[in-house]
Amino acid sequence: MKAIYALYLSPDSAQRAVDALHAAGYAKHEVAIVSSEPLEEYEFGQRDRETWMSGIAVAGGATGLIGAYLLTSMTQLSWPLNTGGMPIVSLYANMVPLFEMTMLGAVLATVATLVVTARLGRKGIEIYDKEVSDGKILIGVRNPPDDTISDLELAFGKAGPGVVKKIP
Amino acid sequence: MNPKTDKKLTDDLLHPLLHTSMKFYLAVAFFGSIVLVGFATWAYQIVTGIGVAGINSRVFWGFYLVNFVFWIGISHAGTLISAILRLCNATWRRPVTRCAEAITAFALIIGGMFPLIHLGRVWLFFWLIPYPSERGLWPNFRSPLVWDFFAISTYLLSSLLFLVLPMIPDFALLRDKTTGMRSKIYGFLSMGWQGTPKQWHRLETAMHIMAIAIIPIAISVHTVVSFDFSMAVVPGWHSTIFGPYFVTGAIFSGIAALIIAMAIIRRLLHLEEYLKPIHFHNLGKLLATMSLLWIYFLFNERLTVWYGNESHEQGLFWSIQTGEYSPFFWTMVVVNFVIPMVFLGIRRLRTITGTVIASIGIVIGMWLERFLIVIPSLSYKQLSYSWGSYTPQWPELTIMAATFAAMALLYIVFCKFIPIISIWELRVGTHPEMKAAESVAEAEAAGELV
Repeated sequence: MKAIYALYLSPDSAQRAVDALHAAGYAKHEVAIVSSEPLEEYEFGQRDRETWMSGIAVAGGATGLIGAYLLTSMTQLSWPLNTGGMPIVSLYANMVPLFEMTMLGAVLATVATLVVTARLGRKGIEIYDKEVSDGKILIGVRNPPDDTISDLELAFGKAGPGVVKKIP
Repeated sequence: MNPKTDKKLTDDLLHPLLHTSMKFYLAVAFFGSIVLVGFATWAYQIVTGIGVAGINSRVFWGFYLVNFVFWIGISHAGTLISAILRLCNATWRRPVTRCAEAITAFALIIGGMFPLIHLGRVWLFFWLIPYPSERGLWPNFRSPLVWDFFAISTYLLSSLLFLVLPMIPDFALLRDKTTGMRSKIYGFLSMGWQGTPKQWHRLETAMHIMAIAIIPIAISVHTVVSFDFSMAVVPGWHSTIFGPYFVTGAIFSGIAALIIAMAIIRRLLHLEEYLKPIHFHNLGKLLATMSLLWIYFLFNERLTVWYGNESHEQGLFWSIQTGEYSPFFWTMVVVNFVIPMVFLGIRRLRTITGTVIASIGIVIGMWLERFLIVIPSLSYKQLSYSWGSYTPQWPELTIMAATFAAMALLYIVFCKFIPIISIWELRVGTHPEMKAAESVAEAEAAGELV
């Protein structure tokens, strides 16, 4: 069996199901949780918070800044065009492209990090049910051993009113 | 979470996407034809030459540049307002943000077209793109026009991403709620979104970082647009106040455009339950603040020029104050300050109708402001032999009308294919603690309204 999961309307029931799975020995990474909205007020909604996204955004900004400095200064040195008595490499005037490229670098790095770390664009969806779009919360286990199915069904049932489904 | 609320909310917001009325086709046909006429006029200008426009060797920037500045200003409605409200965690922002962000994206696209239209020989547009080339035309990074390219491109790309990222969960919902080709398209756009805690955290962190980044970007854009003028030693332009003055005006006109758009979609898409009087009330207060800030900057700008008593500035100053441009100037003061103070300053009048009336006036007033910045300064330069005049010609008027139609068309089509209110963000707003915060805000607003 590929997966077994339950769909709950109440986040409290979903939390109880998650707790029951942990009590049964399933590690955090083995429990699948899917919802149609962020549920940060529950423990299960607090998972995987740690991210390097802010640091990567800063690095992206620094890359943009360095790239813009090289683009402007190298261009100006390659074709020394005198404009209004300004120095050939005039940092004051270059400040606008430098700033914009810095911010663009930060924004693009943020989006790239989101796409990679949230695994967007991957083909196929592992455990999913269209009823999630109706506001239900999916709690499931991937590749459960056959001898644990009945225990899992019992745990899901005890957590609260919900529908248990299987992916053969 | 209340399943009944969730279902009603989803059904209400998806209704315009899943049901198409005759009104939609009529509106698309009407605005689409105006846009086509605009494109035909542009084609005529390309074939005949830029001489068909009213610009001339003295007044070389006309309606095209006025509209460029105007639309870039309107674009400040969305991303900036949305980012500020997001960072402040304003609970009432949820139904407003996407309406606002969409305005930004469309206004930037429309505004960005005007420099191309103004070019005349549009096929040479790539000369605007700053890259070292072998054609002997190297980019001059000291030019404010090159700064424009960097600022507007960055803002456009960031705004599009800021608009699209929170749409991904809604695309996933649409993937599940539609069938056939539509489901496949929404499935592609949702990029395999599931809704795991990790995905939610990453999305919210990304939106938070982008909100922080986009505020200085938005401010820089209109500051850079103001540099197009203030870096030139032209009467009325060479002013240190132009940066903040332009940014204030941009936010001012942007909020006004947002209020008008919200009122229209509220009525047409029957979203009265989601776009409530409190949203108009709060945006109205913001608009009143911006009106006061705008008149403060205008007074500063006018006083400095008048007090300086420079002979070359006086011709320009009096032409605006009491001369040929004075009807535009005083209309601008009335619609940007007097009328908003009445409708937004008096609590009883700060209703949906009141804020919309004030907003329509402000959009007109801010267009007049852009006109008064661009045209009179070029008409009254330092030496009287270089004075000139400008009368817009029919291609400029037609293209201008077409851009307003384009805005309406893009908005209508957008509402047809994408929920104009973020469904998942609104669902979060129904959580008990969020609901409580919103109720307090509504009660406070209601108290103020009494």
